[in-house]
Amino acid sequence: MSMKIGEEPFHARVKSGIDNSFMRGAVAGAQERLHARRLKAAAELGNWEEWRALGEEIRQHTLANLDFYLFQLSENVAKRGGHVFFAQTAEEASQYILDVAMEKQAKKIVKSKSMVTEEIQLNAVLEKAGCEVIETDLGEYILQMDDHDPPSHIVAPALHKNKEQIRDVFRQKLAYDKTEKPEELALHARQTLRREYLSADIGITGCNFAIAESGSITLVTNEGNADLVTALPKTQITVMGMERIVPTFAEMEVLVSLLTRSAVGQKLTSYITVLTGPRHLEEVDGPEEFHLVIVDNGRSNILGTEFQPVLQCIRCAACVNVCPVYRHIGGHSYGSIYSGPIGAVLSPLLGGYDDYKELPYASTLCAACTEACPVKIPLHELLHKHRQVIVEQEGRAPISEKLAMKAFGLGAASTTFYKLGSKMAPSVLNPFTTNERISKGPGPLKAWTAIREFPAPEKERFRDWFHHRKKAGDQP
Amino acid sequence: MKRGRIHRREAFLNQVAERLGRKAYATNVQAPQWRHQPQWTVFQGYSEDDLLEVLKTQCAAIHTDVFETNKEQLPLTLQKVVSRYGGGPVVTWNDPRFAEYGLSHLLYHHWRNSGIHVHIWDPSLGAVNITEAEQANIGITFSDITLAESGTVVLFSDRGKGRTVSFLPQNYICIIPKSTIVPRMTQAAFYIHQQVKAGKEVASCINFITGPSNSADIEMNLVVGVHGPVKAAYVVVADG
Ligand code: SF4
Repeated sequence: MSMKIGEEPFHARVKSGIDNSFMRGAVAGAQERLHARRLKAAAELGNWEEWRALGEEIRQHTLANLDFYLFQLSENVAKRGGHVFFAQTAEEASQYILDVAMEKQAKKIVKSKSMVTEEIQLNAVLEKAGCEVIETDLGEYILQMDDHDPPSHIVAPALHKNKEQIRDVFRQKLAYDKTEKPEELALHARQTLRREYLSADIGITGCNFAIAESGSITLVTNEGNADLVTALPKTQITVMGMERIVPTFAEMEVLVSLLTRSAVGQKLTSYITVLTGPRHLEEVDGPEEFHLVIVDNGRSNILGTEFQPVLQCIRCAACVNVCPVYRHIGGHSYGSIYSGPIGAVLSPLLGGYDDYKELPYASTLCAACTEACPVKIPLHELLHKHRQVIVEQEGRAPISEKLAMKAFGLGAASTTFYKLGSKMAPSVLNPFTTNERISKGPGPLKAWTAIREFPAPEKERFRDWFHHRKKAGDQP
Repeated sequence: MKRGRIHRREAFLNQVAERLGRKAYATNVQAPQWRHQPQWTVFQGYSEDDLLEVLKTQCAAIHTDVFETNKEQLPLTLQKVVSRYGGGPVVTWNDPRFAEYGLSHLLYHHWRNSGIHVHIWDPSLGAVNITEAEQANIGITFSDITLAESGTVVLFSDRGKGRTVSFLPQNYICIIPKSTIVPRMTQAAFYIHQQVKAGKEVASCINFITGPSNSADIEMNLVVGVHGPVKAAYVVVADG
């Protein structure tokens, strides 16, 4: 499965995550900052719960009528002279993009951040065919320069790296001779990447929201890289997971407002760009040719099941930023480009239980993720459902574990359950429980503050706990 | 515009429809009236002046300088702001509003005579425009719609309104007619939605720009000025 990162088994990944103290500090710091910013941004609106309800309603309606909206989108893209390719599999998607690249005799391709192109392993396919592929999002660029180090956070992919490491990568790979100051590093990337945009043959982007009524795509960034990726090369290819769509501009607006507030606590990011078709004849910048690739790759199998709500996701990472397990083990432990609670729900669905059956257990079911989600995906319930499926249908766990399921069923308020979840991480909860901002948080944080009442975590390492559990299936 | 090609739609959409419990994919759906509409209540009833205050407060948070002026003073203000950001080369849209707002003399004569290189977007010159934008110190455009809440200028691309004028130069200045200020993105999106419903073509590129480019990808430190402009300034013109 292509969304997979690394071959190490789950407990080994977790161990290296826990042992990486810089990473853990960085994750904790980032979580706290992003979390506080999200709360502030939500509080400013005053009626955040209403916004969430609207976000949920829009996403549910769109998914329930996804066939229609994709039809309408494709019609409108074609009307504006763009080409649409519907790809049922990852292979079909990357093959089509490769065909376009070959037809254009593309040598250099610039990309802006896109999870779905990671999912379909597009870079590897293009590179194998001899194309140079350059990531332009600063975080992604850093990872790419560091021999394709995998991302560890949906929104801040290079979160696990410190600035000294980044400086060293730049020195080795980019003839960099300045210090580890973020400003100097960013300036160097700016200068290096400028040349790439200007000389690239193709620009490839992801898509935050496609707009069905007009055949447009919406890109949300702070760096402005997506704008240069789409303004300068002659050919633009946009790749979208098939669920990333809204009916009209009005719904796009609402979801963008939810996304930017939830992801980074900004009212809007610096650049929200809505692109429709190729440029007009008399325009000078913008692509001459536009291709939209709509990817299923396992998503339609989720439709019509109890897991359908996961497709409401707008990839804001708010759930990641409140997750005590992510905080402790870091993004790489999930073994998937999708980490945190959303990754623990989505990865087994897209990648199968063989690779990802541990992930639904990498959770305390504390429901902080569900409370944080701007489109009200019941993440902890879906994690619970995964466990039920694994135990009952897949027969991957012994009978005694079915008994454990009963304990899970008691929900986040259960002491028995809490002991099970928190054993993994004696230190996990401390920073949050002593954090004043959080204990004073508004509605969505009730679940978090409730945790404060829980007994102190016991001192068993997660890997040990996990190892035991896996071997014996013991009820704790 | 020549219609584009659509590949492999039938099988794909029928699979989706089947999963949703339908025999064939739906070809006509109306979005419902949403039960909650909190977006319309933000800054409801605010006057133009109130909204300007909201905008100014927000600009402090997005690292953007704001200069207020009126139509008479605009040429002088713009001249000052440009020299404050280091002068030329300057690149601008070819937008009739520059003339309407009395800026022709500044653009076509004053700056050029005082040694400041000015490039006015000209589609007939093709890629030269991009080179000019890339080498410019300052890019100048007007705002088509301005969002008070987020401090955002909305730009619709067009033949004289190149997209890279606001991206490639080192600094970006946007002239905001005060009458373009609305409470938030809701009003802009609604306007565009109405245009689409009326059968009008949307611009090939609509930019919602909120201050200069930035990144927090290195240890969560905010760096202002990444791929797009390093500095941004808004010049608000009372035009009532
Ligand atoms: S599941 Fe919800 S909170 Fe998590 S990334 Fe998706 S939208 Fe954001």
